[in-house]
Amino acid sequence: MNFPYLSTIVFLPVIGLIVIALWPKPQQKTVKLTALIFTLASFVLSIAVFYFFNRSGGAIGQIQFEEKISWIPAINAFYHIGVDGLSLPLVILMTFLGVLAVLVSWNVQLRPKEYFIWLLLLETSILGVFTSLDLVLFFLFWELELIPMYFLITVWGSGRKEYSAIKYVIYTLVGSALMLAGILSIYFSTGSLNMMELAGMSAAKAVIPMAAMFFLLLTGFAIKLPVFPLHTWLPDAHTDAPTAASVILAGALLKMGGYGMIRLCVSIFPQVALQYAPLLVVLAVISVLYGAAVTLRQKDLKRLIAYSSVSHMGYVLLGVFALSQVSLTGAVLQMFSHGIITGLLFAMVGLVYDKSHERNLDNLGGLARQMPVIVVVFSIAGLASLGLPGTSGFAAEFITFVGSYSSPAVVGIQLYTILGVFGIVLTAGYILWMLQRVFYGPPLEKFSKVADANTVDKICIFSFVFAIMLVGIYPAILTNVIKMGVEPIARLVGF
Amino acid sequence: MPLNELRLLMPELSLLAFALAIILLDLFVKRKSLLAGIGIAGVVISAGFTIAMWGQSGVAIFGRMLAVDNFALFFKLLMLITAGLVILASLDYVSKFRRFQGEYYALVLISAVGMMLLVGASDLISIYVALELTGISLYVLVSFLKDRKSSEAGLKYLLLGAVASAILLYGMALVFGFTGRTCLMCIAEYVQGMPGAGLLNNPALLLAMVLLAAGFGFKIASFPFQMWVPDVYEGAPTPITAYLSVASKAAGFAVILRVFFVALGSPEWLSLNWGMMFAVLSAITMTVGNVVAILQTNIKRMLGYSSIAQAGYLMVGLATVGMALGTEGLGQSGLIFFLMSYAVTNLGAFIAVIAISNKINSDEIKNYTGMGKRAPLLAAALTLCLISLIGLPPTAGLIAKIYIFSGAVQNGLLWLVIVAVINSAISAFYYLRVVKVMWSGTPASEAKVPSSWALRTALGFCCFFVVLLGVIPGAFVGIAQAAAKILTGL
Repeated sequence: MNFPYLSTIVFLPVIGLIVIALWPKPQQKTVKLTALIFTLASFVLSIAVFYFFNRSGGAIGQIQFEEKISWIPAINAFYHIGVDGLSLPLVILMTFLGVLAVLVSWNVQLRPKEYFIWLLLLETSILGVFTSLDLVLFFLFWELELIPMYFLITVWGSGRKEYSAIKYVIYTLVGSALMLAGILSIYFSTGSLNMMELAGMSAAKAVIPMAAMFFLLLTGFAIKLPVFPLHTWLPDAHTDAPTAASVILAGALLKMGGYGMIRLCVSIFPQVALQYAPLLVVLAVISVLYGAAVTLRQKDLKRLIAYSSVSHMGYVLLGVFALSQVSLTGAVLQMFSHGIITGLLFAMVGLVYDKSHERNLDNLGGLARQMPVIVVVFSIAGLASLGLPGTSGFAAEFITFVGSYSSPAVVGIQLYTILGVFGIVLTAGYILWMLQRVFYGPPLEKFSKVADANTVDKICIFSFVFAIMLVGIYPAILTNVIKMGVEPIARLVGF
Repeated sequence: MPLNELRLLMPELSLLAFALAIILLDLFVKRKSLLAGIGIAGVVISAGFTIAMWGQSGVAIFGRMLAVDNFALFFKLLMLITAGLVILASLDYVSKFRRFQGEYYALVLISAVGMMLLVGASDLISIYVALELTGISLYVLVSFLKDRKSSEAGLKYLLLGAVASAILLYGMALVFGFTGRTCLMCIAEYVQGMPGAGLLNNPALLLAMVLLAAGFGFKIASFPFQMWVPDVYEGAPTPITAYLSVASKAAGFAVILRVFFVALGSPEWLSLNWGMMFAVLSAITMTVGNVVAILQTNIKRMLGYSSIAQAGYLMVGLATVGMALGTEGLGQSGLIFFLMSYAVTNLGAFIAVIAISNKINSDEIKNYTGMGKRAPLLAAALTLCLISLIGLPPTAGLIAKIYIFSGAVQNGLLWLVIVAVINSAISAFYYLRVVKVMWSGTPASEAKVPSSWALRTALGFCCFFVVLLGVIPGAFVGIAQAAAKILTGL
């Protein structure tokens, strides 16, 4: 098995963008088809990797499809990538969203060549983050995502796009700045940049206290996830980004935060994580409840979905820092599930806005008559978001809550879990209220000519629905894999 | 004078010969672009001599006046590459002054000779002479446009440069006063055997150290000697601005590194002290540069302040060398790699600015609006260089920062690294503002902005290396490590 499957998956989008960039004066159609072909190829390959992934007991905690080449010998940095049960679902999530983001962007008219170049670069950078096993490489991919996102929001966004874009960049850069300090401290404390080696390794000579390194890293991830009170970039960036960028931002980019927390904070510093778990669990519950409460008050459809992400990512944080095997599994599944559900919600908001040119809830209403397909799919996405059984949202949240309720990591976690569960009630409130205000009520005169989803839209949104249902009905398809990655991590903590 | 030692001076001698040839030929040659060609030829030949000497063990020549070691050779090559790119970038620009084009190219080469001597100088006297040779040619070059701003810039540079030289000379005199020697290695010998530990017991040494740092600080534009930068950068001909910001700064860092590492590298209490001094200056320099850059509306001024900030990051390397107690650690090679990356990045940015500003006749950032449509390649190149200055992948800037900061963390300067990385985050604000107006605004006119082949070649060279250093830095880090070998012994 010498073929570099993972490198191919990660860099196919880059090859696609080079093709697009070098194509002299391409037609719009050519650009879109090229982008679609390369993202689709990447997706198909990642499914192949998922299929051939070794799920036997002996492979627990093992890195598969590993590639390792020396990169910067002076600081012992390697081009080292691979997947395990923790990263594989997120890789698939990204390649899946990559294809759908191209489909969502099918109607982009403004400078499509540049647009797809940035979109493809964004996909590569996120895939790189999920597959890197070397801290410097991880950091490089982590930062690589900023520039495409900045351009996508500044040029193709709406509203206060320039403000939102720079806010996003500065927030992320401050976080990653501290992260770099943390990474370098880890390197000089242990002499290693290899994430798998570092897991559970004790520092020979810590240059600063372990807890300080933990928080340097955690801040970067907490901004990305985002965790209250570091979440304020998110509603702006989501609201003003073009639809495809919102889909990727909410769908895959936020997961970089959760992934980093598990992969680096928890597995490198299990004891520190255990010590500070109560604090982080409290922050998680605040994120859930505060996020949901703020969501209830939103008038802008896109902003509403954006704030709901803050609330839902709170569950991820709860699952991560409940630190048990089940709760970690739930957290990863929740990341995957939130990726496809919120991805779909943003795609639906984009569709409604495209057709009706209206995003303000006060001005919307009665659209069900004109948009029979959109209303059904939007409702499915909404119900999945509030955790209806049979959808991925239910499976993920249920496992997270079971895991955290029974976790021995934090005293009184039962209470926090119950408070967290209350977030679902609020979710039901804003989702149902939103659906009602957008689609039901008397049909409005100004929307009488509004069209329903076209064929490309349908392919795109039905794929989302299929994925949501598949994971909802048969969650073991993912949990079997996730378990292989989180089990050794939970063992490091001691559970 | 042994001929053998002259042979080691071939890079400087050949370049000087070409400079003189340009001045003579200027009298007969009608097509002045030919002179630029001769200049480039001189640079290439001199670079050939330099590369041929690479890798040998270092020697001190002319009674320890000059050192020929990998460190000096690397910097000589860097000066030559910079001079070559500056000449390429000047081809269009010199049409602004009808007369004295020959002198312009000759002065660029002569200042390069000065800097090449400076980076090898290992005696206080040769350092001072080389510094003045560089300085005087640069004073003339800065005021070459002869309009109000350029003359003002030249005068400012001259006056402040003279003050800095005086301070430096005072520092050197003090060192000579209590050691009785001028050669760096001899000073080191004396300092190591000095009675009494601690700087407070050696007030003359303390004063000398501070004065030397101040005198050189002018060259690298470190706080509090950064005041001249924006005015001089704005007024000078843009290729010369690029030259100042890269070559002159790199030479300054090279000479500081040599003086402090060789002469004052040990004992421990001494190097720790100047290490900490540079650490504090570094933190202030980068913060001042970045914060003031936010307010700028003129791109040359903005790049001026940005170069102050970059000097701040570079000084992290100096601080690391001091804290590493005179060992050859990541400090030297980090500084050298950062200078490599900074040279190609900053030159690239300035060359793109020359190409754009020359055609639109403005240095105001707001006039760059819509440049992505009018000159997509130039705008893309400038964007790439600005991204590298922020320190984002896939460019040289990111690797350079990781590398130089890693040395600092290793030697207990985590606080400085945190200040530096937060500074990088702040810097994104003003760099990206230029990127934003280029790509998202509607241009004032639809007219394309053409550029000459010389500019495109120079820009392509820079961008190629910006990406190469950012993606496969391994080989270049190797060069930086080899170049970190500074001749210390007698």
